[in-house]
Amino acid sequence: MSAMGGFVVKEFHHILRDRQTLLILLLLPLAQVLLFGFALRTDIRGVRLVVVDPAPDASTLELRGRFAATGLFRIVGVEATPAALAPRFQAGSADQAVVFEPGFGEKLAHEGRAQLLVITDATDPNTGSAMQAYAAAVVQRYEQEIGARGGRQGVRIVPEVRMRFNPTLESANLFVPGLIALVLTIVSALMSAISLSREKERGTLEVLLVSPLKPWEIIAGKVLPYLVLGFANVLTVLGAAWFVFRVPFRGSVLLLLGESLLFIVTCLSLGVVIAAVTSSQRTAMIGALMGLMMPTTVLGGMIFPIESMPGWLQPLTNAVPGKWFILISRGIMLKGVGLAELWQETLILAGMMVVLLVAAVKTFRIRLG
Amino acid sequence: MRTLRFLLRKEFLQIRRDPAIMRMLVAMPLVQLLLLGNAATFEIRSSRMYVVDEDHSPTSRGLVTRMAASGRFEIADASPSMALANRALLDRDVSSILRVPHDFEADLVRVGAAPVQLVFNAEDGAAAGIRRTYATRIIAAYAAEVGEELRPTIATATGAPMRGAARIDVRARGWFNPELDYQAYMVPGILVLLVTMVATALGSMNIVREKELGTLEQLNVTPVTRAEFIASKLIPFWLIGLGVLAFGLTIARLAFNIPMRGSLALVFLAALIYLLVALGIGLWISTIVETQQQAMFVTFAINMVYMLMSGLFTPILSMPRWAQWIAQLSPVKHFIVLMRAVLVKGAGFSAVQLPLAVLAVYAAVVLTLAVRQYSKRTA
Repeated sequence: MSAMGGFVVKEFHHILRDRQTLLILLLLPLAQVLLFGFALRTDIRGVRLVVVDPAPDASTLELRGRFAATGLFRIVGVEATPAALAPRFQAGSADQAVVFEPGFGEKLAHEGRAQLLVITDATDPNTGSAMQAYAAAVVQRYEQEIGARGGRQGVRIVPEVRMRFNPTLESANLFVPGLIALVLTIVSALMSAISLSREKERGTLEVLLVSPLKPWEIIAGKVLPYLVLGFANVLTVLGAAWFVFRVPFRGSVLLLLGESLLFIVTCLSLGVVIAAVTSSQRTAMIGALMGLMMPTTVLGGMIFPIESMPGWLQPLTNAVPGKWFILISRGIMLKGVGLAELWQETLILAGMMVVLLVAAVKTFRIRLG
Repeated sequence: MRTLRFLLRKEFLQIRRDPAIMRMLVAMPLVQLLLLGNAATFEIRSSRMYVVDEDHSPTSRGLVTRMAASGRFEIADASPSMALANRALLDRDVSSILRVPHDFEADLVRVGAAPVQLVFNAEDGAAAGIRRTYATRIIAAYAAEVGEELRPTIATATGAPMRGAARIDVRARGWFNPELDYQAYMVPGILVLLVTMVATALGSMNIVREKELGTLEQLNVTPVTRAEFIASKLIPFWLIGLGVLAFGLTIARLAFNIPMRGSLALVFLAALIYLLVALGIGLWISTIVETQQQAMFVTFAINMVYMLMSGLFTPILSMPRWAQWIAQLSPVKHFIVLMRAVLVKGAGFSAVQLPLAVLAVYAAVVLTLAVRQYSKRTA
């Protein structure tokens, strides 16, 4: 075991010697969680609205005022004909247009109904439908108000909506757990992949392989220092979530730290496997980065709901370690549940870790043979 | 020119000799495009709903039937107990609860308005927001329908206007993407990002690798000029990048059926310039850093900004102002805007002049920086 001890000490020296890299490894995850935690938002504001009003009257001016007063819309232009709309939308200088029919106020007052066309740039379907809903709500409120002035009653079913666990749908609560999973996945996998593939490329790994150290000892020795570093990252990013983004920690912090540790070991093992199956630093790093970044972001449920993916694709998302950590961290942070509810996810993550570690050790045995 | 030709031949030989790189360059973006293009959607087909019907009236049952018939919700369970419903929500057995209180029908008949309660699991806030939209839309449609049966005097009055009654018929048009098809929106962006990530990574690892292996010093003592050297590093990946992009667009067309309303020539003109920027930034990183490890972390940091701040997944309009400025700095943002404008909106040259100009300026600046930064001295 003393050989093992010496090896671990050597690895720690390697990391501590390179101050610049150490600083990057410690600060990069924190910086990224801070930057993207603020930048990733889905609430829609500042919709650039063009008004097409061929014959302005009291009603159209009032309704225009309503749009401006919501604070959601910014009227960027008033046109007399709809002809100018297409170029504006194509150049991306407008998001939505409200087109009044000629004599809007007249018709509303005398015939009791008038037409309004709402054109939305639906290139982005999600934003597009949200903008459409907001505009419709403004018109509806106005309609109800002038209806009420005339003493009209409607038939309404009023939905009282409650958003459990994240009542305000706060963007930070939404994205920060996912962001933490993403950043930890890539930093951990990159760290261990680099450290092994570098020794491989320089030929020093051969030296280690003929030493009395067993393959699992080599891997453990390589991974252990990065486990410490990774756990430091966990502390900083969770600290940022708590102090900066005010994400609620309704469950046990201790459990969350334990789960984070499990997750980091899984990702470090993933890095080892990547280093084992690639031949150079360059392929290992590009493989780790390319193979993990987009799939973790898109398939992990960080941004896009997994339920919205096609049926054949949903089982594939189970292979993304980040998915399970997101479920666990959201559960602990937002729902305040414990191991009683999260044992399945924890077990899956642990199973992944075991499989990856065995795979890593196996690949080394093959090289020895 | 002759020197450049020899250098290029050397680069191509090196790429050919490393099949792992070629696989990564071509297969990884295309496989990921096929997978991620299908995954990047906010349309939820069906989700499980728990129903707590306390009213047991024809109207309340009609509402539940309507929810199920919409295809958006599947009634997973029903009981009169809100506690059981909450438990199911906590265990993630269901994602939403519909509660219809006592006197729902009676209130509708008497007062013309009645509440229902909708509870969503907002652990995944995006999904919860979508479900809310679906549910409120279904309820509004149902209300309009039962209004005719429950309070006929008011509802049938639409033909001849009642005194004071006013209706604004809102007709909604979603331009460019009326079916709200996510793939038309996402696939071009994902393709751009995948190609960019490979290009940046390859560029950034390239020169520093020769630095680490010591072959850069050998090149430094030859009469190769700085511009020739950078060009020899740039051109092979530039051509490969274009090839991958063309292949990816073909897949986008065949597998995802994304619209191509504008001129493809314009897209490729922009791609020619854009790839210079993406590779140039990579090469510039490569001339600055000392080890491949450093190159990788810088590439990682930049690619994260590319991925999360270019308006691909979340709208730039929603970001805080300072983050919007960072987004403006991302070349990926400008190229994605251009691709979406040309392919989805059918924009012509004049509509995309601005992003095109930004990319051109970017290319000039980045390549100049890369050439100047690369000094032929050893560090």
